[in-house]
Parts: sequence; C-alpha cells; structure tokens
Amino acid sequence: MALNWFKYSSPQTFYPLAGRLIPVFAVLAAVLGAVGLYIGFFVAPTDFQQGEAYRIIFIHVPAAWMSMFIYLVMAGWAAFGLILNTRLSSMMATALAPTGALMTFLALWTGSLWGKPMWGTWWAWDARMTSELILLFLYIGFMALQASIDDPRRADKAGAILALVGAVNVPIIYFSVKWWNTLHQGSSISFGRSPSMASTMLLGMLVMALAYWMYCIAAALMRVRSIILERERNAQWVRDLKGAPA
Amino acid sequence: MWDAFVAVFARDVLQAWRRRADWLTTIFFFVIVVSLFPLGVGPEPALLKTMAPGIVWVAALLAAMLSLPRVFGTDFADGTLEQLVLTPQPLPFLVLAKVLAHWLLTGIPLAVIAPVLGLQFGLEGEPVVVLFVALLLGTPCLSLIGAVGAALTLGVRGGGVLIALLVLPLYIPVLIFGAGAVEATVAGTGAAGHLSLLAAGLLIAIVLIPWAVAAALRIALE
Amino acid sequence: MLEVRDLACQRGEQLLFSGVSFDVGAGELLWVEGRNGAGKTSLLRILCGLSPAEAGTVRWQGESIRSTRESFCGDSLFLAHSNGLKDDLTIAENLRFHGRLAGIEADAEDIDSALQACGLTERRDLAVRYLSQGQRRRAALARLWLARSRKLWILDEPFAALDAESVERLAARLGAHLEAGGLAVLTTHQEVPLPAGRTRRLLLAH
Repeated sequence: MALNWFKYSSPQTFYPLAGRLIPVFAVLAAVLGAVGLYIGFFVAPTDFQQGEAYRIIFIHVPAAWMSMFIYLVMAGWAAFGLILNTRLSSMMATALAPTGALMTFLALWTGSLWGKPMWGTWWAWDARMTSELILLFLYIGFMALQASIDDPRRADKAGAILALVGAVNVPIIYFSVKWWNTLHQGSSISFGRSPSMASTMLLGMLVMALAYWMYCIAAALMRVRSIILERERNAQWVRDLKGAPA
Repeated sequence: MWDAFVAVFARDVLQAWRRRADWLTTIFFFVIVVSLFPLGVGPEPALLKTMAPGIVWVAALLAAMLSLPRVFGTDFADGTLEQLVLTPQPLPFLVLAKVLAHWLLTGIPLAVIAPVLGLQFGLEGEPVVVLFVALLLGTPCLSLIGAVGAALTLGVRGGGVLIALLVLPLYIPVLIFGAGAVEATVAGTGAAGHLSLLAAGLLIAIVLIPWAVAAALRIALE
Repeated sequence: MLEVRDLACQRGEQLLFSGVSFDVGAGELLWVEGRNGAGKTSLLRILCGLSPAEAGTVRWQGESIRSTRESFCGDSLFLAHSNGLKDDLTIAENLRFHGRLAGIEADAEDIDSALQACGLTERRDLAVRYLSQGQRRRAALARLWLARSRKLWILDEPFAALDAESVERLAARLGAHLEAGGLAVLTTHQEVPLPAGRTRRLLLAH
C-alpha cells in the first residue's frame, strides 16, 4: 500500500482505489475472524487456571493492540498532513479516530468482562486498564475538537497538533500510570500472570489480530471515502460520480 | 527579543492587575473545591489525611483549567493576538512569556495557598513543604499543557468545555507525580524521585510546548 | 516591492477569488475594492502572512513571504479590522506595548508626538474601555506615526468610524508615507482623498 501512496495521494484517484480495496479487506476480515474465533473457541485448549473464561482474550488482546497502534498511525498521518499539507493524509487521520476509539472501548469492555470471573470485579485500577481509559479520553478529545471546528482544513491542522501532543504524552502517561500502580500495589488486587500460551492459543491470537487489522483497514477506508465525498462535493469529479451508475 | 518577551509578560501582568477580580475567582474556586471534600466524605481525620494530596492536586488541576480560556481568549477577541503573531520576534518565545504570566497569576497563588489547605486536612511538617514544592514544579506544567488546549480551542464552538476534554487527560502525569510526591513523604519513602520526575517533565514541556502553541495560534488566526 | 501572482482564496467551500495578480512598487498605493464578502479582508490577511493562500504566491523584495517571515514582519505593518487594543490599558500603555513588541525604538517623546498627531494627547492616560469607536480607531492608527521604519502598510478599513478631521490627517500621513518611498495596500468603503497619481485600484469581483 505504501508503494502506491504517492501516486494515489490525491482524493480523486484514491477514491476509486479505496472502493476496490474495501471488499478485499472486508472479506479477509470476515474469513480470518471466523478462522480465528474457531481456533480460539474450539481448538485452543482449556486453560488449567482460568477455565473457559480466558477465551475472551482472543477478542480482548487484539483490540488492545489495535487501540494503541491506531493512535500512533493516526498521529503519524496527522503529522504528515500538517507538514506536507496533503489533504488525504489528514482525512486518513480523521477516518481512523472512530475506529481507534471503538477498539479502545472494546478493549475496556472485554477487559471488564474478563475481570469479573478472574478477579471478581468489573473494574480494577490496574496500569493497563487505566492507560486504556486515558487513551479513550484522548480519542474522544481528538474527535470532539475536530467536530467543533467548521472549516475542515483548520480542523485537520488543529487535530494534528493535538494528536502529536497526545502521542508524545502517551508514553509519559503510560509510564506514570505504571509507576502510580506499583506504588499502590498494596491496596490493589494482585493479578495472576497472563495464561501460559499453548501454541494453538498463540495461533488463534495472531489470526484474530490479523482479522482486526483487516477490519480496521476496511472501516477506515470506508470512512475516508465518505469524508472525501463530503469535502469534495463541489468538485467536478464528484458531480460526475453522481450521474454515473454506482 | 528579550524586550518583546518582557513587554508581553509585563502587559499580561498589568492587565491582570487591573482585572484582579477575574484571577481571584480562580483562587477562591480552588479553596472552595478543596473545602467541599470533607463535607462530602465526612470529617474522619485519618481518611482526610490520606486523601489530602489527591484532593488538593485535583482541585489545582481544575482551577488551572478554569483560568485557561483567558490566556489567549481576550487577545483573540480584541485583535492583539494578530499583532503578536505578526511581530518579527519568534512566536514560541512570546508564548513562553504569556505562559509565564499565567503561571505567576495562577500557579504561584495556588502553591502558596495549598499548604494552608493541607493543614486543614491534617498534613503537617514535611508533607506540607513537599506539597508546596510539588505544586511549584507542577503548576508551570499545567500552564504549558493548558496553553495548547487554550490555543487549539480559540474561536471554536463550546470552547470552554472542550478545553477540559482536551487538557485534563494530558494533565494526568502531573497529577500522579505531584500527588505521589506528597503521599510518598507521608508514607516516609521520600519524595525525591517524584519531584525530579516533575522537574524533568517541566523541562521537556518548556522546550517542546511553546512550538505546539505557536503552531496552534497560527492555525487559529488563518 | 510587493509582487502577487495568481492568488486564490477559499473560505470554507466558497472560492472567494482566484487569479489575482498585481505589483505594488515603492511610493504606490493599492486600493482594494469590492462588495461585502468579495474577499478584501481575506486578501489583506494573505498579504500580511496570517492566512495561507489556496494558490499563488506573495513575494516581498523578491522573496516569498512565507519563507522569510521574520524579516517580512519587520518590514510590514498590518492594521486589522479589530483595533488590537487592550480595554484595560491606557492608550499610551497600549502604544508603548506595540512599540516594544514590534521592536521599534520609541521613547516617551515618540509616543507623545504620535498621540498628538492623532489628536489623542488629552486622553493618553484613559483606559481604552472609555473611548468611543472613532477614538479607538485613532488610537490604533497612532501606530502609523510610530512605526516609521515599516515600508509596507496593509490597512483594513483604516477610515472606518473616523471624523472628517481624522480622515484628513490619515490621508496626509498616507501621502507622506508614499512620498518617502513607502507602499500601502488598503480597503475602504468611503470616498476618501487618497493621494492622486500614486493610487491604483484593484477590483475584487467574482
């Protein structure tokens, strides 16, 4: 994808390309998701400590990975758009934010579902969950800022600065939360180490991670397509599109 | 260059002096919020003592945040911000002057009052001193990080509430290290680690944040 | 020498103008005309470097103003629609602040003479809050008497809210500025006595 980027860096040429790519990623996401869930739920062995409840990690862990990764990718696109003034990169950043927030929310939700049978509580202020919660706040801030600025170009640039400041801050936040957590270890619940991985567990997790990747790419492409249409609605090529059969 | 720096700083301080009431409300807000907690959680001295550092710091965060719209807001409204951006001086440097003025007007008063509030919560001796020092190191970080939010939300719909959404998550490390310093002193483990991390964070913020604020201001004026 | 080539400006979704080109040489004044919403203020904001243009270039002394921002800001003076005065400070304090910010060496005498030229001497220690619209405009315009070293003046509606006497004074100041080899770009809705022979007009129309 990176190879074609510059050729397709104008919204007009990217729009049809994205349209062709979406079905590919969507199908891959569905197939990989089905395979991953099958491995996770039926093939992977029962964990001797956690029983069947551990199987939620096949949904939880990839979501947590994606949530952090997408923030960095989003900040990267935003910075790209800010420095090189390429409209499409800013649109990519805007398109990624809701998916990232969704992944963060999913990670928090499944994390709390996992926590109830494991630790007997829906929510624990452990370092990872707290960081994930703060990450959700950062996503919401980014989206709220962009939504409240009417001029799309100003929204892009302002969002980019916020995303960059956030990206610099994320490691600091993570470090500080970890530090805070170790200091208060006495009052918090002690967590068992993550379940020892059988190779089929690992395989299931990797397949699920790939499925998440494909889903996120497909969702971001769909969103970027509608952003392109919305912003370029007065351009001639979009008007031509309206006349043409879908 | 220094002349422009001093000019911006002196003007903001003079302006604030003529508008004393505006800045005093921030300080009183701080005192009131802190005083609400004992009424909410009960007057149990041991409980209040453990909660004191956190309460004072959260209240300081909120008070600092409440004063943010004024940092660039009036300049934006009356057109002086345009003049600031169009000077031959480096803008990040002038931003630093404005942030310094904001710190002098909010951060230092908060740090000075906090020990008194700490006494109300049963903190005594070294923890009170550490609370003062931690606020002295932490509040400039709050002013700097807050300036980014203030600049990004200039002229934006619902600016005041939006600032809270943007800035409060970024304040978290300051809160953790600041309140942690006092807690560590109470627990007898020493606050040196926390305080040096706060100082390190302040240095990073001084170097990086004025650039981000300057960029945000230019965007706001486009 | 200010060279503008193929300038285009877009506000939101609306293309305000495109293909605007002109030169302003030493001693020349450009009067930008157009109806409300034609993009006059937007053009001035692009010229002074506040806003980026959708397309086209602005060059000052042969260099793009975006690449030589600091030296360009040292040569130019922008008077915006808003006066850029602090309500709580006096006129003299405001003016002194502008001088220091702009790096202009201005002592108390310079400020007094600038205020005198605008007819504001008696009100020099009055907070801006208590001034009328016209007096505020005059206080903002006092910068034109202070910043003698600025070659390029970009003035957005400088004559707005001024009385006849002040219009005369400002026109005379503009004349002297052009006489000394300065440049000016301005907008105005009023018929004002702009220096004949040195004034060119630019009509912004869509």
